[in-house]
Amino acid sequence: MDWLRQFFQRLHTFLRGAQMDRELEAEMLAHLQFATEENLQRGMSPSEARRQALIQFGGTQHSKEQHREARSLPFLDSFLQDVRFGLRMLWRSPGFSLLAIFCLTLGIGASAAVYSWMEGLLFRPYPAVAHQERLLAVTGTSRGESGATGVSWPDFLDLQKNGTLFDSFFVSKIMGTTLSIGDRAERAIGSIVSANYFDALGVHPILGRTFEPGEDVGRGAHPVTVISYQLWKGRFNGDPFIVGKTQRLNGVIHSIIGVAPEGFYGTFVGWAMQFWVSASMEDTFEAGGYKLEDRGARWIEAYVRLRPGVTRDQAQQEVSAIAKRLESDYPATNRGRGIKLWPLWQTPFNNAGTLLPTLGLMLAVVTFVLLIACANVGNLLLVRSFGRRHEMSVRVAIGAARGRLLSQLLTEGLILATFAAVGGLAVAHWCRRLLVLLLPARGGITMHLPGELDWRVLSLSVAVCLGSILLFALVPAIHASKIDTAAVLKSETAAVLGGGGKSWLRASLVLVQVSLSFVLLVGAGLLMLSLQRIRSASPGFSTQNVLVTGIDLVGPGYDVKRARIFQGELINRVQALPGVESVAFARTTPLGYGTFSSAPVAVDGYVPPPDEKPAVEYNQVGPGYFSTLGIPLIAGREFTLADNETSALVAVVNETMAEKYWRGRNPIGQRVQVKDQWLQIVGIAKTSKYESVRELPQPFFYVPLRQNPAINAALNLRSRLGPEKMAAALAREVHSIDAGLAPYEVITLQEQLERSTSPQRVAVTLTGILGGLALFLAAIGLYGVMAYSVSQSTRELGLRMALGARPSELFRLVMSRGLALTAAGIVLGVLLALASARLLGYLFYQVSPRDPLVFGSAFLVLTIVSLVACFLPAWRAMRVDPIVALRYE
Amino acid sequence: MSHSKLDLLQGTLDLMVLQTLAAMGSMHGYGIARRIEQVSGDAVLLNQGTIYASLVRLQQRGWITAEWGTSSNNRRAKFYSITKRGRKQLSEDAAYWQRLSGVMGRVLALQEGAGED
Repeated sequence: MDWLRQFFQRLHTFLRGAQMDRELEAEMLAHLQFATEENLQRGMSPSEARRQALIQFGGTQHSKEQHREARSLPFLDSFLQDVRFGLRMLWRSPGFSLLAIFCLTLGIGASAAVYSWMEGLLFRPYPAVAHQERLLAVTGTSRGESGATGVSWPDFLDLQKNGTLFDSFFVSKIMGTTLSIGDRAERAIGSIVSANYFDALGVHPILGRTFEPGEDVGRGAHPVTVISYQLWKGRFNGDPFIVGKTQRLNGVIHSIIGVAPEGFYGTFVGWAMQFWVSASMEDTFEAGGYKLEDRGARWIEAYVRLRPGVTRDQAQQEVSAIAKRLESDYPATNRGRGIKLWPLWQTPFNNAGTLLPTLGLMLAVVTFVLLIACANVGNLLLVRSFGRRHEMSVRVAIGAARGRLLSQLLTEGLILATFAAVGGLAVAHWCRRLLVLLLPARGGITMHLPGELDWRVLSLSVAVCLGSILLFALVPAIHASKIDTAAVLKSETAAVLGGGGKSWLRASLVLVQVSLSFVLLVGAGLLMLSLQRIRSASPGFSTQNVLVTGIDLVGPGYDVKRARIFQGELINRVQALPGVESVAFARTTPLGYGTFSSAPVAVDGYVPPPDEKPAVEYNQVGPGYFSTLGIPLIAGREFTLADNETSALVAVVNETMAEKYWRGRNPIGQRVQVKDQWLQIVGIAKTSKYESVRELPQPFFYVPLRQNPAINAALNLRSRLGPEKMAAALAREVHSIDAGLAPYEVITLQEQLERSTSPQRVAVTLTGILGGLALFLAAIGLYGVMAYSVSQSTRELGLRMALGARPSELFRLVMSRGLALTAAGIVLGVLLALASARLLGYLFYQVSPRDPLVFGSAFLVLTIVSLVACFLPAWRAMRVDPIVALRYE
Repeated sequence: MSHSKLDLLQGTLDLMVLQTLAAMGSMHGYGIARRIEQVSGDAVLLNQGTIYASLVRLQQRGWITAEWGTSSNNRRAKFYSITKRGRKQLSEDAAYWQRLSGVMGRVLALQEGAGED
């Protein structure tokens, strides 16, 4: 450990160098006085005594240097020297420095922004919660199916009771309601949670309390709620005496028992929860009755906090063992059911799962951009190091160690990177909330998609920064260490255009840039084309002139009967509004956020293959639904007012279902069994898109809303009026029936379709921005290389001109060199793009990853950009004055 | 070469300083330098100033300590004294030097013998 002790000693003395110098000075002064006195005693004259003392001492300055060297850290000293020198060099060529810092800032900023999104949304999405690394998401599984299901409450209790590797299991199930405070009724989202929710997360209320053990037991026994900080501030005006007051939620009076702290948004990644209720109130907020005693009802979304030191594998093993036991104990409900633990970033039931592939794509894209930026700065440094060859060779010639030169160049890189890192983090900070802008809000939901710039993101960014320094500063540094002093000092202007020993290095850096930007352009192009195809694709219903909205009736406490009366009355009133052509209710709208129900079906004469349990999705729709949405009927009729609760049960199937189950026979007049009832088919509708524009044609059927009532239903309107005008009129009509109701926002079906493409849109926007950035950086790189080769081969150009070359030939010469580089880069880019484009497959819609149009456009764009980048250098080459050029040096 | 003073080998000055401090107790820089010159019979070429680099080096290794004090003729000076670790180091280094000079002596004697042949 001696070296360590010495290091700290030296660091210490290094840091207090000035004081050490003063002390040494005092010591030396004393020394000379001692010596002088002794000499005086020997009988010398005062001046001679002093002179001899100085001679014996042997040079005060030299001693000081020796002292400094002995006590201090030479590498730190020389580093500071390098920094000072580097800053001076960078200051002397501000254009170069700014360009390099700018490129790097963009590269590092884009990467840090994506890291911060990944951190804030995937890895540590709950900033208010400690030890998130020990949190896992819990879902159910069904044997033979890949997706995730909910977990039933009794199963959850068994997990809680029997798990030994866990600090806690806790539940959070998202739900929505209409919140009526004062005269304002608004949609709000909240969570149904287990009583241990806040304790398990370690979140403490700023007012009041959270749930107590046992408050999640007993049907409807604990109507209490914890509200969010935002709700408290926004809707309750920060009332300091809020605790103990009551609020009606879904028709039930709840006492407000506490306020969650600022910065806690619940555990549903992407959305900000506004209130929490205990699981005992489940059937107040969830459709389908009281499910806390039903082992077959898998509805909850759960999390688990592992004990310290327990791995996910160990935890999964124990959970699987418990699930196995439950399977044998309760075969009726649990056969084939398992339980799975997921890392938070793969959580299947919130926006983490939705954003994961997009963020993964972004990570790849920003890595490309960063590489391009590094190649660019490497190139700039390289070009400059050629310009500084003379300086370097002189330094080598007068005895500078090559290691010192290397460290000088690395230090310059470090300075550039430091500036860029600061700038980049500023960019990332500024981009933190960018995702919210790209993902549209849905009515009543507060989006919360923050980036998180914590120490992990910072250190990763710094690591990336250091890595990039090595990438870009080492190239010229290695180069410099190979300088042949004699050759350089002898002559240094004999460069030949495109020739010259080391130009391959610059050329290959440009090659990398061109090919990577080509890949990004292709990616952005494919995504754009895909989005455009989605937008222009016909979903099978009209999207223009059809408006959709909804009115929450469950929240205000409507039952089926009241809901039916309300719906009938509203239809009558809206139909009478000017500009409304037709109007119909439906339980769910296509391409919306809600999902369709699915029901097992049986058809006379259709024998399913042994491994198939025929189940088909369906929608409950009112009279006039098909004409309102513009879904063509191929045969038969649509539902009318006469298809009500007293008449025969009927259904309309789509073309795909007709083909699959009746195989060419006409299904009209035939029967289909849905659950336990037989329905008669009265019509065939054209197949349209239901859940996603990108889905394949799938079987689907419709049943009358009156025969299968739904309390909450979407209102579809065909009207020439825009959504704004309609919204006002609609709100008036709704309020005149019941002032406590709040219609959702009114949007066109086109808007609904657009919203369903938000992952594509995010991807297109971000790859578009980053692709443009990459192109810009590559253009700078190409320009830099061409401009430099022209400036270095002035003599050759002059000679050519003197020998009779025409300016236009020189122009063409330079242009062709530049374009050759581009062409080679594009060839490489095509190969890379062909190999990697299919990774984007999940975002594509009717687009081949080798779409010739996209590849062609990318080629065209790159060619134009490189023409522009080469033009100026070529123009300069043309204007070389042969006399000046030949005299030059 | 016999008429000029001896150049100091790397590391020998440190050893001399340690030995001086071990023998004489606490001393200031000038005193150490003079003492070395006297003991060597002025045979060593010593720029007295170089002693300070040696002193700071030894100090950083923890072999000697320093303290400001007042000399016999009432001048402020920095006084150095050897530490326990310094004594240990001294005994090791002294043994090493003795072995080395013994070996050198034998090797050089061998060469002279060979020359007479």
